[in-house]
Amino acid sequence: MKVVLQNLTKKFPGRERKNRTEVVAVNDFSFEIPDGKLIGLLGPSGCGKSTTLNLISGLLKPTGGRIFFGEDDVTDLPPENRGIGLVFQNYALYPHLTVKQNILFPLQNLKGKDKLSKAEMLEKAKEAARLVQIEELMERKPGELSGGQQQRVAIARALVKMPRVLLLDEPLSNLDARLRLQTREEIRRIQKETGITTIFVTHDQEEAMSISDMIVVMKEGIVQQIGKPQEVYDNPANLFVAKFLGTPPINVFNGQIRNNKLYIGGDAVLDVKISGNREVYAGIRPEGFLLREDGPFMCELSGIEVMGRDISVLSSNKASVNPTVRAIIGTENNINIEKLSARFALAPHKVFLFDKETERKIEPNGQEG
Amino acid sequence: MKKFGSLKAWLYLLPAILFLGVFMVYPLFDVFVYSFEEGYNSASQTYFGTGMYNYSYVLHDPYFLQAVKNTFILVIITVPLSTGLALLISVGLTAIRPLRNLFQTIYFLPYVTNTLAVGLVFMILFKKTAYSDGLVNLLINLFGGKSVDFIDGPYWAKMFVLCFYTVWVVLPFKILILTSALSSVNQEYYNAARVDGTSSFRIFRRITLPMISPMIFYLVITGFIGAFKAYSDAVALFGTNLNAAEMNTIVGYVYDMLYGDSGGYPSYASAAAIILFAIVLTITSINLLANKRRQVSIL
Repeated sequence: MKVVLQNLTKKFPGRERKNRTEVVAVNDFSFEIPDGKLIGLLGPSGCGKSTTLNLISGLLKPTGGRIFFGEDDVTDLPPENRGIGLVFQNYALYPHLTVKQNILFPLQNLKGKDKLSKAEMLEKAKEAARLVQIEELMERKPGELSGGQQQRVAIARALVKMPRVLLLDEPLSNLDARLRLQTREEIRRIQKETGITTIFVTHDQEEAMSISDMIVVMKEGIVQQIGKPQEVYDNPANLFVAKFLGTPPINVFNGQIRNNKLYIGGDAVLDVKISGNREVYAGIRPEGFLLREDGPFMCELSGIEVMGRDISVLSSNKASVNPTVRAIIGTENNINIEKLSARFALAPHKVFLFDKETERKIEPNGQEG
Repeated sequence: MKKFGSLKAWLYLLPAILFLGVFMVYPLFDVFVYSFEEGYNSASQTYFGTGMYNYSYVLHDPYFLQAVKNTFILVIITVPLSTGLALLISVGLTAIRPLRNLFQTIYFLPYVTNTLAVGLVFMILFKKTAYSDGLVNLLINLFGGKSVDFIDGPYWAKMFVLCFYTVWVVLPFKILILTSALSSVNQEYYNAARVDGTSSFRIFRRITLPMISPMIFYLVITGFIGAFKAYSDAVALFGTNLNAAEMNTIVGYVYDMLYGDSGGYPSYASAAAIILFAIVLTITSINLLANKRRQVSIL
């Protein structure tokens, strides 16, 4: 089932006594989610991603815009008639019911011609439990389960009615690091197996990038960029997206363009195909630094962190926006750490230039992206 | 070291143990002893003999049997009724948004009002004299009924007023407890149920009720105990001569035996008090057992 959002807008009335201006949580969001894909809504807290999810679920009514599931306009439908499955951040499993009763709960609500016999219900519940691999926990109470198991039960409960769209609100935020890695693969597998269009919300870019078919980056209610994870990473639309994606984060410098060269702190560090002289922000991915003894980009070395697979070279530069410049260098060509100096050449495709005013990416032909 | 630790714990507990011991355990024990001492006189500290006679007397006293009957009727009617009503009102209160605070205040007023003052108001509302009728009787007349003397009239009318009054007095506290219990249920459960298309009746029965059941249980137990100990409400409505009005309660009987017109019988009073204690203990134990079984069954 494809999901279409048309100019979706949600405004909340101002709460404060003095300042009654409305808060625009979601601003003019248009997007067509293709059938059977896994979509990550990504952004810092307060960016409107959870509001968007609640609008799609029907728990919130939009101020403007329409929502379509396939060809059906579901904007005015209550949540129960939309055919969605929703997994809450805290799972919202009924603590006084067993796992089995929790999974059966949505089925027992069916009325009229959809009503199922007890045996059919049990069969469906078992099927859902099998899908998320919790068959042996059916008689337990949620309180007796680990966080990861509760998560699976919540997904099983959301899936048992075979929803048209599956929505997950911060599905991994309550899990510890190891479980998070495991569970995100699990979500991916379940989504692939069922083929249900799935939308999930997260503030963790790594989580979104690793399992999504497409990611939507949001900031203050406004969609910044939509695309495949690698595309967005390699071609960020603006400084915010560039800064938000990637661990460790991108290094940002104050720079100038003069005579088709990028200057950072007086050094011409890179040839660029941009004409004219202008002030820019230069964003350089940590893996975009290449150690060269005669490299054009000089920084002051402040430390080295050895990670095993690679090393981080920490340095400082007057033109840097952040106090520390972090470069990640592979360890394959035996670097002599003692003699290391922070002189770099730059990999051109890891360097992004942004306009100082608009913070939008400047494309090589001189036009703003 | 460990021994010293437990010594320290006892030291910290000492004030509480001392006070509870002197003012709770010792009197209880004393009453228990008096109840077996025939004709105990607190002034001369003398008694004729020991045995079960006090119990036999009390259990054969028609006033006591009347008091037991009254108390049981009061408990059986008011506890379920007040808890159910409180639940209904609390659910209503949580459902509305505008004027919620106003309603909450109104429902809470009886709690801060003096029992005797309220009793006076009830008397005026329900009275019937040769010259004037109270508001309730005027209403009955309006619908074509005949005036009933609720204060000095037939037994059922008086019992009705007593029950009505008791329910009205205990409601605020129950509403207070239940509204806070209801608002502490996480909104996410309701959202989850809504997404699954759960009917509001089913949400109430399968989610709300189980989640606030510990509080309901607490209210039922304290309600039982409170109703068994009822006394001042009856006095507020029917005056101090409750035996004559056939409206005495067990606690009222104990008081009468100690200080009333027929007073001066601490032995009978003790026996009656011990019987009340036994009744309350039994009912509470049954309640606790039932609750335990209920919890096991939903596990």
